[in-house]
Amino acid sequence: MFRFLLDRDTWQEVYDSLSKNQLRTIITMIGVWWGVLLLIGLLGSARGMENSFNRLFGDFATNSVFIWGQSTSKPFKGFQEGRRVRLSLSDAKKVEENIQGIDFVVPRNQNQSTVMRNFLSGSFNVAGDYPLLDDVQKKKLLFGRFINQNDIEKSKKVAVISEDIFKQLFEKKEEPIGAFIQINGMNFTVIGVFEESNIQMGPGSDIHIPFTTFQQIYNQGDKIGWIMVTGKPEYNIKQIELDTKLLLRNLNNIHPKDARAFGSFNLGENFDKFTGFLTGMQFLTWFVGIATLIAGVFAIGNILLITVKERTKEIGVRRALGATPFEIKRQIVAEAVFLTLIAGIFGIITGGWILILLDHFYGQGDDATLVNASVSITIVFVALLILVALGTLIGLIPAFKATSVKPIEALREE
Amino acid sequence: MLVIKELHKSYPIGDSSLHVLKGINLSVEEGEMVAIMGSSGSGKSTLLNIIGMLDEADSGDYILDGLPIKNLTEKKAAVYRNKFLGFIFQSFNLINYKNALENVALPLYYQGMKRKERQEKAMFYLEKVGLKNWSHHLPKELSGGQNQRVAIARALAANPKLLLADEPTGAMDSNTSYEIITFIQQLNDEGKTILMVTHEEDIANMCKRIVRLRDGIIMEDKIINQVRIEQHV
Repeated sequence: MFRFLLDRDTWQEVYDSLSKNQLRTIITMIGVWWGVLLLIGLLGSARGMENSFNRLFGDFATNSVFIWGQSTSKPFKGFQEGRRVRLSLSDAKKVEENIQGIDFVVPRNQNQSTVMRNFLSGSFNVAGDYPLLDDVQKKKLLFGRFINQNDIEKSKKVAVISEDIFKQLFEKKEEPIGAFIQINGMNFTVIGVFEESNIQMGPGSDIHIPFTTFQQIYNQGDKIGWIMVTGKPEYNIKQIELDTKLLLRNLNNIHPKDARAFGSFNLGENFDKFTGFLTGMQFLTWFVGIATLIAGVFAIGNILLITVKERTKEIGVRRALGATPFEIKRQIVAEAVFLTLIAGIFGIITGGWILILLDHFYGQGDDATLVNASVSITIVFVALLILVALGTLIGLIPAFKATSVKPIEALREE
Repeated sequence: MLVIKELHKSYPIGDSSLHVLKGINLSVEEGEMVAIMGSSGSGKSTLLNIIGMLDEADSGDYILDGLPIKNLTEKKAAVYRNKFLGFIFQSFNLINYKNALENVALPLYYQGMKRKERQEKAMFYLEKVGLKNWSHHLPKELSGGQNQRVAIARALAANPKLLLADEPTGAMDSNTSYEIITFIQQLNDEGKTILMVTHEEDIANMCKRIVRLRDGIIMEDKIINQVRIEQHV
């Protein structure tokens, strides 16, 4: 069998009989070609979407939930309903210590402030942050550095500003690092400039200053605006959210069933929904692609069946000349495999072109919809292998049909 | 060479069956050139098909070169056909997308012969039928006589013991017919055993023996004086 595959005559025979009727051969191949094209194009696009999605969220700890205090909706332990609830640093610490599966708890404070530099000013969102924020929500720094522990301990008056503010408050080509800006009338040294990410998670912030400095200048004491709770990847963020809220109600003398006391936004859950959508799309892609492929292979089988009928006489002659039924079957299966394989390879090549085109039109720049739309070479090879297998199987039908007619009847056919 | 005893064959037609061969006894020696004659429906083609192992008899014996031909599997029949028999058909039955050389080489391909050897051998037989210069022409580019010569070369290629010709001149004008039959006579002169179905009296007279069939039995079986073309023209 192996020698048969390597034999030049085998492929000469296949080539002869296929090139005899080129139009029919081409039409036969269209189904499989289209199936492979679709599979490659769709898989590549799905991958591109996933890549662009990952690029957007790549800097973000997505297994997170944001929690902030609102006001109570139930009276409890002598407190009236409608009491304002504010989280405190000790709450954050307790959450970190007591809730299972927690990676980080990042307390944050935010305030709208007037920021001035020389004669330029604007109203910006100022956030008090710990260095930990950089782990949860990676900042891309264009210049300088992010807040560090030293800044926190010494309550330094330093600020990390967004690129946007830098553009608004500074002249072009001015050196931002070491320059002073005024926040709430106090001088802060700029230590870093960060690039805003394409996607904002939670309230945006334009300027980050050390958490401790924020406490002092806005007189916040122990209170904090909100916390970001990030779970370890293997833990369910929904459960962490429930646990955390229950603990926080306990700590703040709030009725355990008071649903309104704490607001939250569960990023992890929303993220899961979207990745679920992506997975679904990939599944759909496979489904559509493979279904089309199978349909294409069936079309090949179908047309070969017609071909075999047309070639009844030729097959009869070959058998009269001493071709065994096995040799006839082998020949037809080889034709089927050859057709599927060539059609498949064309599909892969044109599918590649489609992906190049997609990349050219939708894959350029930072806000590209499809990033690196591509299909792994393994998938391509697996697809080819499947095609060969399917081609063999489908080729068996016309092959058996071809030898089911007796040579004498085949010869009589006109 | 070939011995046939009490050969019967019938074909089912609807509920009844048509008894085509009703006990044929025939033996052919090596080097003979036999014409099988008969009107249509006499069973001559059926007889040839059975001899050609394309069809199987219902009962009776058929022994080819000492080998009983009975209950052959398709595979075995194919191998025997390839080894022992050469076919010449009325409609040539060349493969239309293969050139003359490739057509002649086809039985050798099924013998498993190497490509180069095969082509040399095919070329040798094409030369023998005088078509060396036409080896790369497709059947549609050749005349009827030329096509039949290609078919004869193909039948010869595997060096069979027995040549079976089914109305080899049926589709030709008389000049071409004589040309082809002369050719077959030459092959016979070289020692090939030839069995030919024909309904043309003049063609039959160019053989060495005529077997006449009617309604499935042999009416007449006589040795004749072979008419050579040289005398004819």
